[in-house]
Amino acid sequence: MDSIRYIAGKEPHPRERRMIFRNVDREGWDTRFATYVADGGYLELRKALAMKPAEVTAEVRTSGLRGRGGAGFPTGVKWTFIPPDNTKPVYLICNADESEPGTFKDRYILHQDPHQLLEGMAIAAYAVGARKAFIYIREEFPDAARILEEAIDEAVRENILGENILGTEFSLEIIVHRGAGAYICGEETGLIESLEGKRPYPRIKPPYFPAALGLWMCPTIVNNVETLCHVKHVIAMGGSEYAAVGTRNNSGTRILCVSGDVVKPGYYEIEVGRMTLGELIDDVCGGMRPGRALKAVIPGGSSSKVLRGDETFTIRTPDGASSGLALRDIPLDFDTLAACGSMAGSGGVIVIDDSRSISWVLNNINAFYAHESCGQCTPCREGALWMRKITDRVVEGRGTPTDIDTLLSIAGQIEGRTICAFGEACAWPTQSFIHKFRDELTGATSEDNAAKASNPEAVAQRRYLAEAAAAGSAR
Amino acid sequence: MPVEEALLPKDLAAAEGMVNVQINGVWHRFPKGTRLIEAIGKSGDEVPHYCYHPKLSSPGNCRMCMVEIGMPARLAPGAEPTYDDEGYLPIQWMPRPAISCATMVSENLGVRTKSTLVEEARHGVMEFLLANHPLDCPICDQAGECRLQEFAVGHGRGGSRFVEQKTKKPKNVDIGPRIRLDDERCIMCSRCIRFMDEVAMDPVLGFSERGGYTTLGVHPGRKLDHNYGLNTVDICPVGALTCNDFRFQMRVWFLKETPSIDTNCGTGINTVIWTRNDQVYRITPRENNDVNSCWMPDSHRLNFHYLHGQHRLTSSLVRDGDHHRSAPSHNAAGKVASALKSAPKGTAALVVSSRLTNEEMFLAKRLAEKCGISAIATVPREGEADDYLVAADRNPNTQGFLRIFGDQDRAATLQSLRDDVRSGKIRTLLTLQEDLLAPEAGFTQDDLEKLDFLASLHLLDNGTAAAADVVLAGSGFPENRGSMINVTGRLQRLNRAINPPGEALTNWEWLATLLRETGADVFDGEAAAFKALAASDELWQDLTLARIPDNGIQLYETGIKIPLVERERERIARGEING
Ligand SMILES: Cc1cc2nc3c(=O)[nH]c(=O)nc-3n(C[C@H](O)[C@H](O)[C@H](O)COP(=O)(O)O)c2cc1C
Ligand code: SF4
Ligand code: SF4
Ligand code: SF4
Ligand code: FES
Repeated sequence: MDSIRYIAGKEPHPRERRMIFRNVDREGWDTRFATYVADGGYLELRKALAMKPAEVTAEVRTSGLRGRGGAGFPTGVKWTFIPPDNTKPVYLICNADESEPGTFKDRYILHQDPHQLLEGMAIAAYAVGARKAFIYIREEFPDAARILEEAIDEAVRENILGENILGTEFSLEIIVHRGAGAYICGEETGLIESLEGKRPYPRIKPPYFPAALGLWMCPTIVNNVETLCHVKHVIAMGGSEYAAVGTRNNSGTRILCVSGDVVKPGYYEIEVGRMTLGELIDDVCGGMRPGRALKAVIPGGSSSKVLRGDETFTIRTPDGASSGLALRDIPLDFDTLAACGSMAGSGGVIVIDDSRSISWVLNNINAFYAHESCGQCTPCREGALWMRKITDRVVEGRGTPTDIDTLLSIAGQIEGRTICAFGEACAWPTQSFIHKFRDELTGATSEDNAAKASNPEAVAQRRYLAEAAAAGSAR
Repeated sequence: MPVEEALLPKDLAAAEGMVNVQINGVWHRFPKGTRLIEAIGKSGDEVPHYCYHPKLSSPGNCRMCMVEIGMPARLAPGAEPTYDDEGYLPIQWMPRPAISCATMVSENLGVRTKSTLVEEARHGVMEFLLANHPLDCPICDQAGECRLQEFAVGHGRGGSRFVEQKTKKPKNVDIGPRIRLDDERCIMCSRCIRFMDEVAMDPVLGFSERGGYTTLGVHPGRKLDHNYGLNTVDICPVGALTCNDFRFQMRVWFLKETPSIDTNCGTGINTVIWTRNDQVYRITPRENNDVNSCWMPDSHRLNFHYLHGQHRLTSSLVRDGDHHRSAPSHNAAGKVASALKSAPKGTAALVVSSRLTNEEMFLAKRLAEKCGISAIATVPREGEADDYLVAADRNPNTQGFLRIFGDQDRAATLQSLRDDVRSGKIRTLLTLQEDLLAPEAGFTQDDLEKLDFLASLHLLDNGTAAAADVVLAGSGFPENRGSMINVTGRLQRLNRAINPPGEALTNWEWLATLLRETGADVFDGEAAAFKALAASDELWQDLTLARIPDNGIQLYETGIKIPLVERERERIARGEING
């Protein structure tokens, strides 16, 4: 690793541990097969092919690898959900739809290190018994799609993909599928519908759990780009050694995408749980912008619940004791962030300073979810747009204090009542922003607005009623 | 296995392929694989729902059917389950409601349909559905049979907290020759889309845009012009899809519903006839899983306007030189009866439509016997089966004709009748509900002019009537009561929904009158005729007309299958739909 040099100005921070992003911004690096192989690429695939598929899965289980797409579900466990008596073809899908606001990590792998992903996918496909795999790539990544296709062509030529890979019984075809240009295409069952050529309407679970009834109703494993890349490293290091990276139950490294009001926003690969939020912001990202104070952090992509800059969290440590934890002291892992009431999500850390108006931030998020709700199920379709319409008014100074209660109740009517997790994704920001910043939000509203008509229809209605009343009293 | 364990309810149920489910505190037993919404229905409770339709796939999108559910707690490793006095495990209720349309029953499942959680969930969904819904009820055709209205009353909050600008969408959209779409009223349940895709197999409908701007539409360059398209109007829970033919004609609460059957082809699709003041306003399909599922072709359901059209006969006519003049019924009947009776043997004939009921045919047969008429023909009416519901046989009661008259070669019999009319052998002819000049009957004007006496019992003033000496103003299908046998061998009942107009009589009344005029005993109504008929045919011996179930009864199998019904059975077997 010491021999690796990075492009000037893009060197990793010393506190990073570059595993997945080893070759991102690397000097002299390109996406060619030869470059990858010269650097020791595809050795892990050879290693995996010498193992039994179940042994590969066992290593991944031992590694404790958790999904980097959002939910943090243990990858090895997910792979075992394929029904044991299955006789249908099994599919592997790489979720490269990366569209969670605040998340920008997969794109660097796709653009700069495609063979790492292909290797991870080939190992995963071998483990789960897939002979056909798909990379469902975000529509807005046309260059990456081309790069991947070239990489696949090269790999097929080199017998790394295709029939009888490296002389074994194992064959694998990988197909790049350009996404349909919507956030919901990243939800795994919506993605599968889209891949089948339909609108990306997520499916109900139960019964349509992808591992049993996925693509074309066949067992399907969907994993995030970063997750699949980690598989290569699990095989390289062995499950137990990988598990020692990071912290217990929060193993490995992960890429954090820091955006917002820090001096040096960007992507940073860290050992999970070995860095606190404060260290990330103040050391790695160079601190808050000059003269500004930390107001809030959205720690895992726009869907995760916001945390207040001055908050202290009471969390239970594994030995059962409670301890108070200031925001800056939160270790960046899966479990502590969950214990603090939010989540590690997709790794998108959005930092907000005291120059930002909370109603503006919330409205910005609401606008995204109102735009991206697929519209299939009632609560999310109607609720997301309604919340946006309300925060639109609040931002324009036309909100009333009861709007805040209405917002909270709308979010409550969405959460837990929808087809897919988008429902939570769009309810949690509103819920948490009101929970954490109620005073500021209420302060942006005014009782006086209650008497004012809120839209042209209401204006017309009021005029009509007034005229009718006047006509009535004249008679 | 220890003895006590074998006696637990779960084991008893499992032995029969059943599971125990607690609904609102009471334990019930249902077959494995039952959908929760159906199970709750069977327990006597109703779950409000929009998107679920037993004949279509379940997307679970409306979220109206949510209920509170619970399951036995997962045991810690090594822990022993603790059963209560009745042998059930304690239920651990889940904090989130679940949709009952796509949840399957499972052992020891607990369900609450009336809890606070459920009421709140329903309030929420209703509020969301109404948020952007237009206040169209006063001008909306669906009012009175609108699920949104009904559930708003039953499960809504009453007031509205929505003060924003409602989302505007296309209204009064011409999406096909028979259907209009109001996108603002659409609640996006996707029933119509799924019907067109899964049942009609012509997926022309779909959503465009996303989120709150989602808009139903037809595929660019296409129309919703499929012959089964109007079923989407039936299953649309709101007034988004309305039928051009029916819209703005009548408020539904004024209409009387009569269950009956369709007579446009041999399938005998089960219907509801919607009427007011002796007028038919619309016809909709009625569920019968052995005949037509829940569906009906547009061509059949819309084919009733002729009943109230300008060609409808409202009184009987007797020829007076070049003209017809109206005549009292007994007068007209008398003339026909005496013509039939006085015709020399072998010179009179009867054309008996296979659109008549069994009872009418039975009377016609009696009449023929009484008058010594042996020349009896019917008009076969063959078309093409449509691979859905429409049978190749476009007569509704060919099977009845075959059983009652036993004529196996109907086309040849008709041909020889035509020949005998042409050759002058047959000189007296009564046609019962057949226009002899229609192509399928094959008679010509010259043929009819050769006759000494021609009488037509029909509801319309067709060409045969114009040539006839006596015209008896008869009845149409919603005016008749009786039975028919469909192409598969199923006995079904036609019910009277309205009375014939003016001085027109029902076919039954005419035949009874004619019989009486010939001096024969007449049955006291259709039911009595059915009884006599049943007595003469061992297949229906134990039946009476009233006792024919609303969904009919299979008398025998002809081997003919109804394609749509077969496909539906396959989908049920594959677990795609409940059925
Ligand atoms: C609304 C929504 C959007 C999502 N978008 C993405 C995405 O863009 N990329 C992704 O990898 N996972 C996304 N997910 C998560 C996927 O559904 C799925 O859980 C994930 O791809 C599984 O991969 P993992 O186990 O490797 O994390 C999304 C989930 C939801 C509910
Ligand atoms: S929750 Fe939202 S995004 Fe998910 S299926 Fe429902 S409407 Fe679509
Ligand atoms: S669809 Fe129902 S609720 Fe909507 S306007 Fe029509 S009758 Fe009223
Ligand atoms: S038009 Fe009617 S049936 Fe079709 S989606 Fe809308 S509400 Fe449902
Ligand atoms: S009936 Fe629509 S979700 Fe169940």
